[in-house]
Amino acid sequence: MPYDLSPFALSLQVAAISTFFVFFASLILARFMGNRDFWGKSMLEALILLPLVLPPTVIGFGLIYLFGLNGPLGSVLEEWFGLQIVFTWLGAVIASFIVSLPLMYQSTMAAFEKVDSRWENVARTMGVSEWRIFRTITFPLSWPGIFAGLVLSFARGLGEFGATLMIAGYIPGQTETIPLAIYFAYEAGNMEKAAFWVVIVTSVGLAAISWLNYWKKKSSIRFGRE
Amino acid sequence: MLAADFSKGLENFDLNISFTLGHEIMALTGPSGSGKTTLLNCIAGIVQPDQGEISLNGRIFYTEGKRPLKIQKRKVGYLFQDYALFPHFTAEQNIFYSMQGKRDSPMLKELIHILGIEEILAKYPHQISGGEKQRVALARALVAKPDILLLDEPFSALDDDTRDRCHHQLLRIHDRWQIPVIFVTHRKSDAEKLAHRSLRIERGQMAEQ
Repeated sequence: MPYDLSPFALSLQVAAISTFFVFFASLILARFMGNRDFWGKSMLEALILLPLVLPPTVIGFGLIYLFGLNGPLGSVLEEWFGLQIVFTWLGAVIASFIVSLPLMYQSTMAAFEKVDSRWENVARTMGVSEWRIFRTITFPLSWPGIFAGLVLSFARGLGEFGATLMIAGYIPGQTETIPLAIYFAYEAGNMEKAAFWVVIVTSVGLAAISWLNYWKKKSSIRFGRE
Repeated sequence: MLAADFSKGLENFDLNISFTLGHEIMALTGPSGSGKTTLLNCIAGIVQPDQGEISLNGRIFYTEGKRPLKIQKRKVGYLFQDYALFPHFTAEQNIFYSMQGKRDSPMLKELIHILGIEEILAKYPHQISGGEKQRVALARALVAKPDILLLDEPFSALDDDTRDRCHHQLLRIHDRWQIPVIFVTHRKSDAEKLAHRSLRIERGQMAEQ
């Protein structure tokens, strides 16, 4: 003590950016998948959920293949935008995105399914457009479930380790997130530093879940169902 | 005039419907699960028939082999069973949901007056009684000036006094608006008091009474 606090700032930055994109991706995917039946739907859904069951190293391997300098996406990003993903904090964001997307997708899907279809149908009979129905009925009424998904995704992003290590590597000050800081402090025998970060990340996780539970209770009291 | 001549395959039987309805009130009766709500849903466009045709005042809602008219374009007022009020909106927001800023017309003021809901406009659905919900839902179904009114068991959750009041209000509104009204009921007395005609449906087959 005192320790460099950059892992904390970087972890928050990575988790916040990935949660931002996961939020919109999940809304679009859940809306699209929930409203349609099409050939290959279950395959696409399996693909979205796959990171839940794959070892993080497999996800990391896949990301290195895709975003490496010679990979199909990595070469395009490098050539067109001068962007390098591997061994940068952007790689950590992408790893976070991939592992949190299934959680957020499932929460969003469940939240949409909980909205009584009669509310949407009654709005349709009143001549209201689908976009306005989504904006004013479906989204606000599914918000508690979506918000729970956001908190879980953020926490998952904060704790991502395996895939992040593979694609972003361990570069102190640049790609050192809290989970990486814990692992490498432990490897170096610096138990005090490892314990410090363990306490920080556990406290953030506990605070997020406690606040979420409190908020859910409060919001269910606010609008009792009919 | 509503003209409905269609069939729809349900789980255990086929729903076969054929009737026309002018500016009258028609009661739909019959046991639970006989296809009454499906009939209303087919008219509203929530469910599509398998074959046949549905039209209202010459506008084709559904005809076999063609794309059905969108729900939003049918101009149907639908009061769902249990009312389906939006729980996060006040009674006023529920009623004016489709209006977007045109809230001051004399017609709307009169409607709210007829239904006697001035006092509860600021309340949320969980803060009002069953009878009040029914009247709010009815107002909501009527503000968009529908060409037809569909009511799915509108009186089922009401006590006798409230039911009588709601009967009276429905008759007043029909008198004023002169549109076809179809309501589902399990009570013979509702049908006798309100309806010009009654249609009984049993296992998808209809029998006019």
